[in-house]
Amino acid sequence: MAGNREFFYRRLHSLLGVIPVGIFLTQHLVVNYFATRGPEAFNRAASFMVNLPFRYFLEIFIIFLPLLFHAIYGLYIAFTAQNNVSRYGYFRNWMFMLQRLTGVITLIFVTWHVWETRVRAALGVEVNYDMMANIVDNPFMLGFYIVGIVSTVFHFANGLWSFCVSWGLTVTPRSQQIFTYVTMAIFVALSIVGIRAILAFA
Amino acid sequence: MSEKKTIRLIVTRQDRPDSAPYEEEFEIPYRPNMNVISALMEIRRNPVNAKGEKTTPVTWDMNCLEEVCGACSMVINGKPRQSCTALIDKLEQPIRLEPMRTFPVVRDLQVDRSRMFDSLKKVKAWIPIDGTYDLGPGPRMPERKRQWAYELSKCMTCGVCLEACPNVNSKSNFIGPAPLSQVRLFNAHPTGAMHKAERLEAIMGDGGLANCGNSQNCVQSCPKGIPLTTSIAALNREATIQMFRNFFGSDEV
Repeated sequence: MAGNREFFYRRLHSLLGVIPVGIFLTQHLVVNYFATRGPEAFNRAASFMVNLPFRYFLEIFIIFLPLLFHAIYGLYIAFTAQNNVSRYGYFRNWMFMLQRLTGVITLIFVTWHVWETRVRAALGVEVNYDMMANIVDNPFMLGFYIVGIVSTVFHFANGLWSFCVSWGLTVTPRSQQIFTYVTMAIFVALSIVGIRAILAFA
Repeated sequence: MSEKKTIRLIVTRQDRPDSAPYEEEFEIPYRPNMNVISALMEIRRNPVNAKGEKTTPVTWDMNCLEEVCGACSMVINGKPRQSCTALIDKLEQPIRLEPMRTFPVVRDLQVDRSRMFDSLKKVKAWIPIDGTYDLGPGPRMPERKRQWAYELSKCMTCGVCLEACPNVNSKSNFIGPAPLSQVRLFNAHPTGAMHKAERLEAIMGDGGLANCGNSQNCVQSCPKGIPLTTSIAALNREATIQMFRNFFGSDEV
């Protein structure tokens, strides 16, 4: 078994994408949604999150390390695929390609987003409604954020589908079909939550 | 008699395993009920290309001629399939023939599928019945299960699923869907189940089960209609259980 880590890494990659990264993403989008209730509501919610006890511990072990592993190993997975949707234009093959494409877009978006918010916060800038309002004041950045959010949510929702297959939860074609509908409903619902929140800053 | 009908074929050819591929066009007389193999045989009988130049006959693999051996697989009009069941009347012309490039090309349309047979050895796709003493008759298999297993046993190691899979390529060492589904078949057999864990361990190794990216091209492409993605998902479940057994311990060795 020595030197035979691929199975473990793949399963870890699949698990971390849902727990904790996917759960964190959902929570993050829900907290952002406070922006639709006005600047004060958002600032209260943001300061609640910022002032959570064990904040750095939570950030490192719930967000950064799992995200880092998922991102780096995911990039490796994405670049070992040889996409062939032009020859095999089946639905799942498109989803396979989109999962890898949105993964790369999400990585670019999240890197930028962490730099713009979390790193600047560490350098002393306060994270609040005005910070985001200033960012999305630029229509190009608003567009970038919308693309980033939709791509992230798609990657999560479709990843949830492959998580169910990879762990042997959905075995029959029927259950996989139903889960396609369920995860696409999650994609639509979370996209609405995310886009409404970002538009509340604009 | 009707006027002379012809068939146009564009064949991707390659003279040596390491030489560059090139296309050659052929125009051959039409006969009713031809398949791609009889068209290739016509080229072999009279190796003259569409420009009227004499050329070498096209090389390809074939054996059973009834879609059970898998040897004559090639890419026909963009899709991998068996050339024996590819009927000329049902194909759009010019008919484009290419080798399945996922495998090393030996010459023209002939490829080397050795990696698939190596994978079958790796996953122990057989039922050991030889011993130093008479093992006696094996346990009976319920008829319903036999019928179910028969579907999985239709695999002819043709390589179409590997050709269609985006994760089987020179950048990865994924063994592909066919040998994985064979693990499910032999693990389902009452005697074969005695080596269930060994087979699962084999596909939980490098290049194994976890490399599947769920593009599901395999199940769409399989000429035998084998439920390959169901096999993979079922094995994922078995592997999950095996993983916990290995880590936490179990008496089911």
